[in-house]
Amino acid sequence: MKHARIAYRGAIRTAVVEEDDQLLIMADGQRAGFNEVVWLTPFEPRTVFALGLNYADHASELSFNAPERPLIFLKGPNTFVGHNGYSPCPADVRQMHFECELGVVIGRTGRRIRDERAYDYVAGYTIANDYALREYLENYYRPNLRVKNRDFCTPLGPWMVDAVDLADPMALDLRSFVNGEIVQNGNTRDMIFGIPKLIEYLSDFMTLSPGDLILTGTPKGVRYVQPGDEVVTEIEGIGRLVNRIISEPNVQKHELARIAESPL
Amino acid sequence: MLGSCLHQCVPIDGTVYGVALDADDPLVTHSEVFNKPPHNAAPTTAVLFIKPRNTFLAHNGLVQLPPSLQEVEAHAALAVIFARDTRAVGAAEALSYVEGYTLAIDLAEPGAGFFRPPIRETCRDGFLPVGPVIIPRESIVFDGTEIRLEMDGSKAASLSLDGGDERIAKLIEEVSAFMTFRSGDVLLAARTPLRPSARIGSRISAILEGVGRLDCCLVLEEEVAR
Repeated sequence: MKHARIAYRGAIRTAVVEEDDQLLIMADGQRAGFNEVVWLTPFEPRTVFALGLNYADHASELSFNAPERPLIFLKGPNTFVGHNGYSPCPADVRQMHFECELGVVIGRTGRRIRDERAYDYVAGYTIANDYALREYLENYYRPNLRVKNRDFCTPLGPWMVDAVDLADPMALDLRSFVNGEIVQNGNTRDMIFGIPKLIEYLSDFMTLSPGDLILTGTPKGVRYVQPGDEVVTEIEGIGRLVNRIISEPNVQKHELARIAESPL
Repeated sequence: MLGSCLHQCVPIDGTVYGVALDADDPLVTHSEVFNKPPHNAAPTTAVLFIKPRNTFLAHNGLVQLPPSLQEVEAHAALAVIFARDTRAVGAAEALSYVEGYTLAIDLAEPGAGFFRPPIRETCRDGFLPVGPVIIPRESIVFDGTEIRLEMDGSKAASLSLDGGDERIAKLIEEVSAFMTFRSGDVLLAARTPLRPSARIGSRISAILEGVGRLDCCLVLEEEVAR
């Protein structure tokens, strides 16, 4: 089953997805078409782990050797945006690129999970597009928050697929398209650290909890995008996540507006 | 938020961001290390990190260390709690976005570098004691005070908070220029320098003179069956 979170007629609702019929069915039986709703992230993630350099071809593309232990960074809730959402590109940025990633949603609390039991702790899977703004890379806690934790620069969704519905999450094609042109084509089997090893590694030193999310890294295929581009990240057996790049709103104008509207 | 808490509890419920280094840090200005690979240049902006929820621990909590970890490094930190969503805010108005302050003890395995995010070293369960309560912004005057780290009752490090309002406001301006702090989020805005280490059995305290203290103890982890 596929689970979405939507805004519909002024309310935030959860819904199950009938993809063939392009229908969302809400808990009270109401139905809505895909174009009648605002797509929110399929759930509000708790701790979010993201993998850097977890595909050998992408690591060599960026002139790094494959890491000896997982390269993990964390992301805050500010950075997520739902399906059909917009991601802002600042005016001074020319090197913003998409990264199609399989998202693993933790469903059970666990500590010291052995790799052979790791899938018992997975609730489901979703798609993330983990945009990076390479101009802001620094050699401190790299990739730093200015590159990877910007508002609305991590599209997530459109929905979560139950784990039982994906026979082998380590053999899924990933594809990205910019304005309809295919620009990234990989398979989850090429991860350096696969899902079971990542869960084992993390839970060795910390407790994993329901709602935690692991973004498992991206294969080769860096292509810079710009305002106006439509970016689609697609994973076999899950779906396709659509996002559009817009120019970041002018901060000075925004400041004036905020002072005028400030509740205090 | 605090009224519902009969037992000691963690007084925060947002995402915790922290500053590991900034351009003015003595570690940066007095060390050549950061001009060499892999850094190649001293940091020009605040080096930020996220401390995840599993690390939160209430006042007087027990930090459980595995047998493989004989000591940990500690910072006492001043935690800023945001009252509302904060984005693209200038220093002049930044403090009006702050609800109040609390204390934190930021723990890490020794030996972590600054090149990659030290997730394994800093994100163990219980590695961020925080509390005991949130002190409203208006009731704290930073000038003339310091934040202090104590280990077993002895001072291990301290940081003067003179000019704290200005430093915090500047930091909020810098970070909110590219990301939103949500209402309830937390920024560890000032950490004691050095990285003194403590062993199992140690009691660690973060103290803000006249305002409060936060304590934790390091204990050996109970054996957990795999």
